[in-house]
Amino acid sequence: MSVSLTLVVTAAVLVGTGVYLMLERSLTRVLVGLVLLSNGVNVAFLIASGRAGEAPLVVDGRDPADMADPLPQALVLTAIVITLGTTAFLLAMAHRSWQLNGNDDVQDDIEDATIRRLALADDVSEGYEIEGHGDDDADAADHPEEDRG
Amino acid sequence: MTSLGLTALVPLPVLLSLLGAGAALALSGKPALQRTVSVVVLSSVVVIAGVLLVAADREGPQVITLGGWPAGLGISLVADRLAALMLLVSAIVTLAVLLYSLGQGITEEDREAPVSIYHPTFLVLVAGVSNAFLSGDLFNLFVSFEMLLFASYVLLTLGGTAARVRAGTIYVVVNLVSSMLFLISIAAVYAAVGTLNLAQIALRMDQLPDDVSLVLQLLLLVTFSIKAAVFPLSLWLPDSYPTAPAPVTAVFAGLLTKVGVYAILRIQTLVFPDSPLTDLLLWAALATMLIGILGAIAQSDIKRMLSFTLVSHIGYMIFGIGLASAAGLSGAIFYVAHHITIQTSLFLVVGLIEARAGSTALLRMGGLARLAPVIGVLFFIPAMNLAGIPPMSGFIGKVGLMQAGLADGSWLALVLVAGSVLCSLLTLYAVAKTWGLAFWRSPEQAHAMAAALPDPDDTTAVLPAPGGEAPGGERPTMVHHRGHVHVGPATFGDRDLESARALRDDDDAARDLFQLLEADALPKRLPALMVAPAAALVGVSLLITLVGGPLYGYTDRAAVDLLERTPYLSAVLGDEGNR
Repeated sequence: MSVSLTLVVTAAVLVGTGVYLMLERSLTRVLVGLVLLSNGVNVAFLIASGRAGEAPLVVDGRDPADMADPLPQALVLTAIVITLGTTAFLLAMAHRSWQLNGNDDVQDDIEDATIRRLALADDVSEGYEIEGHGDDDADAADHPEEDRG
Repeated sequence: MTSLGLTALVPLPVLLSLLGAGAALALSGKPALQRTVSVVVLSSVVVIAGVLLVAADREGPQVITLGGWPAGLGISLVADRLAALMLLVSAIVTLAVLLYSLGQGITEEDREAPVSIYHPTFLVLVAGVSNAFLSGDLFNLFVSFEMLLFASYVLLTLGGTAARVRAGTIYVVVNLVSSMLFLISIAAVYAAVGTLNLAQIALRMDQLPDDVSLVLQLLLLVTFSIKAAVFPLSLWLPDSYPTAPAPVTAVFAGLLTKVGVYAILRIQTLVFPDSPLTDLLLWAALATMLIGILGAIAQSDIKRMLSFTLVSHIGYMIFGIGLASAAGLSGAIFYVAHHITIQTSLFLVVGLIEARAGSTALLRMGGLARLAPVIGVLFFIPAMNLAGIPPMSGFIGKVGLMQAGLADGSWLALVLVAGSVLCSLLTLYAVAKTWGLAFWRSPEQAHAMAAALPDPDDTTAVLPAPGGEAPGGERPTMVHHRGHVHVGPATFGDRDLESARALRDDDDAARDLFQLLEADALPKRLPALMVAPAAALVGVSLLITLVGGPLYGYTDRAAVDLLERTPYLSAVLGDEGNR
């Protein structure tokens, strides 16, 4: 089947910007990212439904071959409703997080935080360096090739 | 025909739960009535699931196409052998968890678990899980995932405390990403084959070019692997589950990941039977097993330890699916049934421990075997079962999978067999360590050890042994290494050291079991309604051992059905499916 390139590009841009925003720390940005992403996916469903056509109503003398595929539209409708609920829940959670912490940042995973603390504390390990930490001169001497960055 | 009446039962587990959820919400002002509604609904779901299991085994898959449409237009609900077994096990488990949470709710006075919201949400969760098992339609599967996920978002952040909101955020965002991936996969599948009915997809998938079907398979596998917590998509799980209330963690651990495993099993066997990705699945299974269990060993909190073993044992099921032989699939199905009951009962027992000892941190506990022998027995049996000690069901499941692996004979399958033996041994190590610390030593020893732990910023390499009498006359040394303190087999990280420091601080409200016992601040007895469901579920897990033979026969038949595909296809599509 032939595909409308405009729709493909629109979906790709929406999904791309959505993914970018979802990688942010702030929950409200994640939320905006989710909305963009889900709209991108909805456009993808329109691509999946094939070419545009007449309204899919059963009327005498109308050829079903000329009609648009109604199923993806129904799926998109369901997806929109679910996204609405998710958006409301995420907003509530961002608000609660703001009440509790004064911000709505996504917090570190406990295990991640432990590993990060370990890495910060560990001066002997040669495999890990964090900018502005530890004895810089000694580190530079140990790893001259990394000094440029 | 008798089967006509039985197919009408197929949508009931979903319908009853949803109606019950509505009724429970309407009755939120009357807790007694609300409880009755939930218990009645879940008990009837157990009965219906039992009837469906017998019907599916005797008469083949029970199918109903909703709205009286022909299959392909309407949404099909299918209860074949696999779905009926999953439905029955999940119904039993959810009923036990609900009864347990009733017992817990009475003691906790709704402080962190507002019962008025809990019951309707729990029933929606059950509806979602049942619908996922029964669904014969890809989009309907998506909707049921959303139902159970939404309920799980609410249950996980119940009460909105700081820890739960933190853990809930990660859980919600990860699942949103997987939902979006699922929608993209559905759009791609629809664009490729023009239908969403699983049976029709299965027939048309054969005619697609290989690369197209490979892309679709990868999309679906990634989606379901996030839900099933298959490594490397498992990292969200151990962080989000432990903060929820005990019954919620129990039902999540038992059911939600298994829904993902079920979806992988269904898609792999029905839609992609000639899957070229079995090697990928086997590698993922190996990584899941080993990395999960290594995480479990490093934990110093029972809930977190169990969450990691949950991840690692998902690997066994993926191992069975990856083998793609009748024996492998049968082992995987048996293991899913075994693991749902065992993991749920372990988390319920951990809830008992938390109620009795005031904490689940190994640092703060000791002597539970003497203090609460019933809890000791209730923890010991499923813990040994999890590790696969003969003759319990975990052993049967693991042996089944290993035999399937040996029968397969490829070097990768043999590596997997070795990996699963190793994982099983390490599981034994992890639970034995927990047993030794939480149940065996005395509270005094635990307190002495906590008191001897150094401050987090103190980095002395080897420390004097803790005071108090060590068992067997041996005094374990403490070794401080890379921010962790090792004492015998136990490892305590920064957070534990902080908490040990808080214990030594008299002003602090945090107290360990020894201090709590001295102050007489703990409940002497737990409510029977909390202990009985946990005990009953442990009983069910032993029952699985007892009926292991017949159950394995059943899963063998289910696996053959899955491989042949015709029972499912012809039940859904009629003659068209026989092509």
